[in-house]
Amino acid sequence: MTATATSSISAAHDPDAAAARCVGLVKHYDDVKAVDGLDLEVRRGECFGLLGPNGAGKTTTVEILEGLIRPDAGRVELLGRQWGGQKDQWLRERVGIQLQQTDLADKLTVEETVRLFRSFYPSGRSVADTLELLGLRAKRGARVHKLSGGQKQRLALACALVSEPELLFLDEPTTGLDPQARHRIWDVVETFGAGGGSVVLTTHYMEEAARLCDRVAIVDRGRIIAQGAPEALVAELDAEQIVQLRVDGELDAEALRDLPGVTHVEKNGGDLFRLGVASVGEALPAILGVIEAKSVALQTMTTKQPSLEDVFIHLTGRKLRDE
Amino acid sequence: MSRSGSVRHPLVELTLARLREFGRERGAIFWTFGFPVLLAVGLGIAFRSKPPPQVRVAVVGQGPEIVSTMERLHRAEGIKPLRLSAAEATGALRSGKVDIIVEVAPPRAAASDPKGAEPGPPRLVYRFDTLQPESRYARLLVDDALQRALGRQDVMKADHRPVSARGSRYIDFLIPGLIGLNVMSSSMWGIGYAVVLARRRRLLKRLAATPMRRSHYLLSFMFSRIVFLAAEVALLVAFGWLVFGVAVRGSLLAVTVISLLGSLSFMGLALLVAARPDSTEVASGWMNAAMLPMWLLSGSFFSYERFPESVQPFLKALPLTAFNDALRGVINDGASLWQTWPSLVVLAAWGVCCFGLALKLFRWQ
Ligand SMILES: Nc1ncnc2c1ncn2[C@@H]1O[C@H](COP(=O)(O)OP(=O)(O)OP(=O)(O)O)[C@@H](O)[C@H]1O
Ligand SMILES: [Mg+2]
Repeated sequence: MTATATSSISAAHDPDAAAARCVGLVKHYDDVKAVDGLDLEVRRGECFGLLGPNGAGKTTTVEILEGLIRPDAGRVELLGRQWGGQKDQWLRERVGIQLQQTDLADKLTVEETVRLFRSFYPSGRSVADTLELLGLRAKRGARVHKLSGGQKQRLALACALVSEPELLFLDEPTTGLDPQARHRIWDVVETFGAGGGSVVLTTHYMEEAARLCDRVAIVDRGRIIAQGAPEALVAELDAEQIVQLRVDGELDAEALRDLPGVTHVEKNGGDLFRLGVASVGEALPAILGVIEAKSVALQTMTTKQPSLEDVFIHLTGRKLRDE
Repeated sequence: MSRSGSVRHPLVELTLARLREFGRERGAIFWTFGFPVLLAVGLGIAFRSKPPPQVRVAVVGQGPEIVSTMERLHRAEGIKPLRLSAAEATGALRSGKVDIIVEVAPPRAAASDPKGAEPGPPRLVYRFDTLQPESRYARLLVDDALQRALGRQDVMKADHRPVSARGSRYIDFLIPGLIGLNVMSSSMWGIGYAVVLARRRRLLKRLAATPMRRSHYLLSFMFSRIVFLAAEVALLVAFGWLVFGVAVRGSLLAVTVISLLGSLSFMGLALLVAARPDSTEVASGWMNAAMLPMWLLSGSFFSYERFPESVQPFLKALPLTAFNDALRGVINDGASLWQTWPSLVVLAAWGVCCFGLALKLFRWQ
């Protein structure tokens, strides 16, 4: 009895315990499998990204980790502890959360809102410092309903950071923002990471994931279909270049698949092809040869370095065609 | 883990947030403070105590007797005679313009004695609806006036002693009823609507993700309500007293205690209604469903004793009825707090049951 209690407490203080870990998560809504057997581990001090199309189950996964949704099956551990019982308070004090969608109280000002959230935590940053950090000092007297979308997102982040959490959950923190506002938020997340904090982030922006995340997981239909450092995932494509071409006329993807140097082919829309190419020198003449043989007209052709976006399209695109 | 100077207790911050949110909502201020006062003014003026209305009498017939009859009626107090033709009089009676028709026929003596030295009294016929209280009252008044004018004497001596109408006017009845309605409406809307809106906007979920104690959140609603409650009740009591002379005959402390208990009871009801819905439309529907019967049945505007005997126990079990009864007891009848205990028990029972159930059912997301 005593031994178990002691060991669980020492585990909680174990600095090597993962920031977040879940095994075999399942969550069903009626007949929708929102999360369908999902495992992941977020290391201390790491920024971990969840990428995936709409409805993939990212928000559901994150909210299960946050202890806001009870999973149908599976185990969750945060900072070495599990949700449920007396320890929730301990966890809540160490976890900062930004929900995908929250409307904070309209009639309160920015400063009043942050002050309110600060009062829930026994320790943390001062309200003034938090506003400074998020660049909201000039807006501190403004009512929430008068803020722009980007300012609202920063306020939500301020409410999550005012407690100086060890682990930060961000669900699409920059969706709908202009590039400048997005960069401001990235800076804040990077500062938080530089201070040793762990982050779990969901996003639709590959650029965001590539810049912020040490590792990403690509989620589709409630499962993780690929996982790793962004560069490693890109490398796994085995493609040195991505060739994109648009043709006028009938051309089958199969005709391009077995060409030398081509690692994969996707047909997007009627006449747009994306090819992963291991060696441009080998592949290009072959591609042009096929186009000529099939007597279709080449309209445009571009080549570029592969990115996380190509991994995403490659993985989810292939899945979609399998149906 | 020590709190730095500028960090206040979460209960304080939450209550301040409530007060600010409410205070910055101009519409809410009007409906809580302006509307009940306007209602009191409107109803107080419409139903102010007036001297009994004049009895309107149509006088029909021919001959000199009609002139003397008109004169006698003119001289009597509270009677307004009108000389009309038979057809006009019938129409006026039907439409309620007059309460009674007095038909004057020449005295019989004049017909039998052509010399006619001194004409006898005229013969009268009263035409009126015997089911109309006003008409029956008119009949008594008119007959009494005419008989007395011709010399009828009282056979028994009786004196009049008018009793002061203070405390029994309609406005005296109305002011406690309006306080009851106002405490109910503002507690229900102030809490129920705000909670459901916060749930719909996922603010509740966001708060549930912090270490905030959930009881603090609910308590902050109560504390902020109590601040406004004090202002609401004080305003109506002061207004009734200054403008209409409605005195609080019992103690102000009793009024305070009853208001507090009533408000807590309605807050419990509000939390129960708001425990689950995440759409404000659905919540408004439930809120109205809970409040409308009490608006009608709990005796705020007119006494519930007019309803059939058999439903009275149910009406008395409603929290607003209990609240109105207790408040009227103290304000109008000068009852002490303990004399109103049956009402207080009803209020406390509603409060405890609703709170308990609401806490069990409450959804944070
Ligand atoms: N409360 C709910 N009731 C019913 N179905 C739900 C509920 N929440 C989520 N779902 C369903 O579960 C699936 C996963 O939803 P989730 O919100 O986790 O996706 P997501 O990856 O976050 O999508 P997005 O990128 O659009 O935010 C979706 O099909 C969604 O319709
Ligand atoms: Mg989502």
